[in-house]
Amino acid sequence: MIHAVTSSPPLAALVCAAALMAVGLMLPDWVLFTASLALAKGLVVLGLVLLLRMGAVSFGQGMYYCLGAYICGLVGNATGVQDALFLVILSGLGCCALGAVLGVFLSAYRGVFFAMFNLALSMILYGALLKATSVGGSDGIGIAPPSYFGLSPSDEYRSILFYAFVVVIAAGVGLATRIYMRSELGLAALAVRDNEIRLEYLGLSVRRVIVFNYAIAAGLAGLGGGLVALVSGHIIPEFAYWTTSGEFVFMTVLSGPSSIVAAFGATALFETVRLVAGQYLPNAWQLMLGAFLLLSILFLPNGIGALAAGRRRTRAPDAKEDAR
Amino acid sequence: MFDTTIKNRGAMTGRFKKTGLLAVAFAAAIGLGQALAGPADAAEGTFKIGMTAFLSGPAADAFGVPSMNGGKLMVDALNKGEVPGPYKGSVGIGGMKIEIVPVDEAGGAQVQIQRFRDLVQREKVDAVVGYDGSGNCLAVAPVAEELKALAIFSGCGTPRIFEEASYEYVFRAGAHSTMDNVALAHYVARKLPDAKTVAGFNQNYSWGQDSWRDFKLALDTFKPGMKVVDELFPEKGAGQYGAQISVLMRKKPDVVHSSLWGGDLEAFLLQAGPRGLFKKTNVVFAMAEHVLPRLAEKVPEGLMTGGRGAVGALHPDTPLANWFYKAYEERYGIPAVQAPFRFVQTILGLKTAVEKAMAANGGKKPTTEETAKAFEYATFEAPTGMIKMAIGGGHQAIQDNAIGISKWNAEKKRVELVDVEYFKAECINPPDGMKAVEWIEKGFPGAKCD
Repeated sequence: MIHAVTSSPPLAALVCAAALMAVGLMLPDWVLFTASLALAKGLVVLGLVLLLRMGAVSFGQGMYYCLGAYICGLVGNATGVQDALFLVILSGLGCCALGAVLGVFLSAYRGVFFAMFNLALSMILYGALLKATSVGGSDGIGIAPPSYFGLSPSDEYRSILFYAFVVVIAAGVGLATRIYMRSELGLAALAVRDNEIRLEYLGLSVRRVIVFNYAIAAGLAGLGGGLVALVSGHIIPEFAYWTTSGEFVFMTVLSGPSSIVAAFGATALFETVRLVAGQYLPNAWQLMLGAFLLLSILFLPNGIGALAAGRRRTRAPDAKEDAR
Repeated sequence: MFDTTIKNRGAMTGRFKKTGLLAVAFAAAIGLGQALAGPADAAEGTFKIGMTAFLSGPAADAFGVPSMNGGKLMVDALNKGEVPGPYKGSVGIGGMKIEIVPVDEAGGAQVQIQRFRDLVQREKVDAVVGYDGSGNCLAVAPVAEELKALAIFSGCGTPRIFEEASYEYVFRAGAHSTMDNVALAHYVARKLPDAKTVAGFNQNYSWGQDSWRDFKLALDTFKPGMKVVDELFPEKGAGQYGAQISVLMRKKPDVVHSSLWGGDLEAFLLQAGPRGLFKKTNVVFAMAEHVLPRLAEKVPEGLMTGGRGAVGALHPDTPLANWFYKAYEERYGIPAVQAPFRFVQTILGLKTAVEKAMAANGGKKPTTEETAKAFEYATFEAPTGMIKMAIGGGHQAIQDNAIGISKWNAEKKRVELVDVEYFKAECINPPDGMKAVEWIEKGFPGAKCD
């Protein structure tokens, strides 16, 4: 039974989504917000995982996250259209398009240069939004609560409906990403990290692979940003600030590059630790968070994804080194 | 499931991995266990308040920690029934002991939404008071409305909260930033009648931008023909102002307006003082009052400044204000500045509203709706004077303001503010139903300034 689920991605996605929904129905309201937030941010982390598979790290993913949030908020406010699915798809596509354009330039860089150029671009967006008083400047702007295919839930059902919406999107995107990662193009991304010259000899363009993954990562960050905008109802330029990007990078490190579930798990873990630390140590919650980061880097340098992978290998020592 | 394993290259031994797993699982388990358990509901006969202020980050020193200190002092005194003035002999809130849940405001608007929900839905507080960041207030207000929970803001400056939306459960028990700069413009027009040129020196974010806009517009009415020679917007948290000081020294405007606060303000004063900027031009501050006790003799002589209300040493001569000022210094060893004065307004406003609602419903603990209804257009006394919930449909307070000039008193070892002028709330705040900027642009219709 377990084997059937793990060997069929669509089934696994369905089981995950069902389990998350079941848990969601039992969770108190205040946890639902954090859970929705974690799933939405998990999408951004998933994008960074795609980059990490190529050996690339972006310190500026906050740019697409922020842009996605602002596309969602500004389009919603300007047109009066509050349909959640429409708005987040628009956010994702808008960021994906920008990612495709910027990716062409950024794909010429590797390592720290790639990371820092992204950071610079995100800080440009941040600076521009600070000055943009017509969209609220640093105080940001509010967004009306979303509707779903013409259905506007009343206040008490808003949290659970949004949670369900995010679960469906996260499961769908997770499944698509998993299929992509195992595809020829997806596997090529791993080769970019290992040996670019070999990849070129195979007849694949390294640059194209990078641009493609970068654009998808941008789209996922935009999607996540749009969802976060809808769930929090308020967007601020801080979404593009380097600390936001840094948080995402940390969550990605915590997740590791090997698993999709781990990407969401890492985000959930990070958000939970932050929330709980804030509840019990209002004067020292950053200290708690810092200690947690330190511990997880010390003991889990390959992320929580490596835990599951390691366990499986010990259980089935003869299992083939998959995905390579 | 769902994995695309790549070879584990880390040289982690099994033991380390196990320890790591244990550590993370342990942290998660504690977190989840404690989180899901949640505390018990507030007992009957207590009134539970979530108190939010910056306990970390750049605003902690300047506003957050003094706010929290002032709040705790006020709650302790109320619980003991020791607050004088109109609250004399009155215990807690309507006889109920006040219980507080302190929360850090740092972490951004999203984290604040998360914590607000947590306070209301898990801690089951009766009200949440505080917030200094305008972005945080704007983000939290709709959530309070969705959860039908009372939120009473203290510091956040922006007038947008009740101008862009109307709320049933959200209040602000202190004036917004408009009056700071309108009062300052009044003062400058009176004290510096010969000034011809003005420059702005404000942080590059909403607070700085809005403050400069209000001051510039207001000055345009009081002193038509003032020429703006420069508008400088250093980054928030810049800390180094050498270049901007050079520009100001070269252009020598008659007046320089600044809404700097906290560490930025201290850095600017310490850097501009030795270079003689304050001898060449009149730098006027919207809220520099809060750094005077800390910088003491390092404060340049003759600075014009306000403190966002009749706060700190500018407090009115009432039993309540005198008690608060003295009690704060006795308990914390430093004079109370603007933040604690502003912060306790939320608690006293809440107390007034709850007790008003109790008088109407026969003495039962009022529902949130009853308290909110009673809060609208309420008037109450605070250490800063009379607070009137007069605008924003009865949800936004107006209060008096005071501006003075700094002078070092070597005998008392204190910076004093002299030549103080008090401005009536109705003179420097827009009337109900009118947007602040529109009010200034139209030349202050309805202002009562006698």
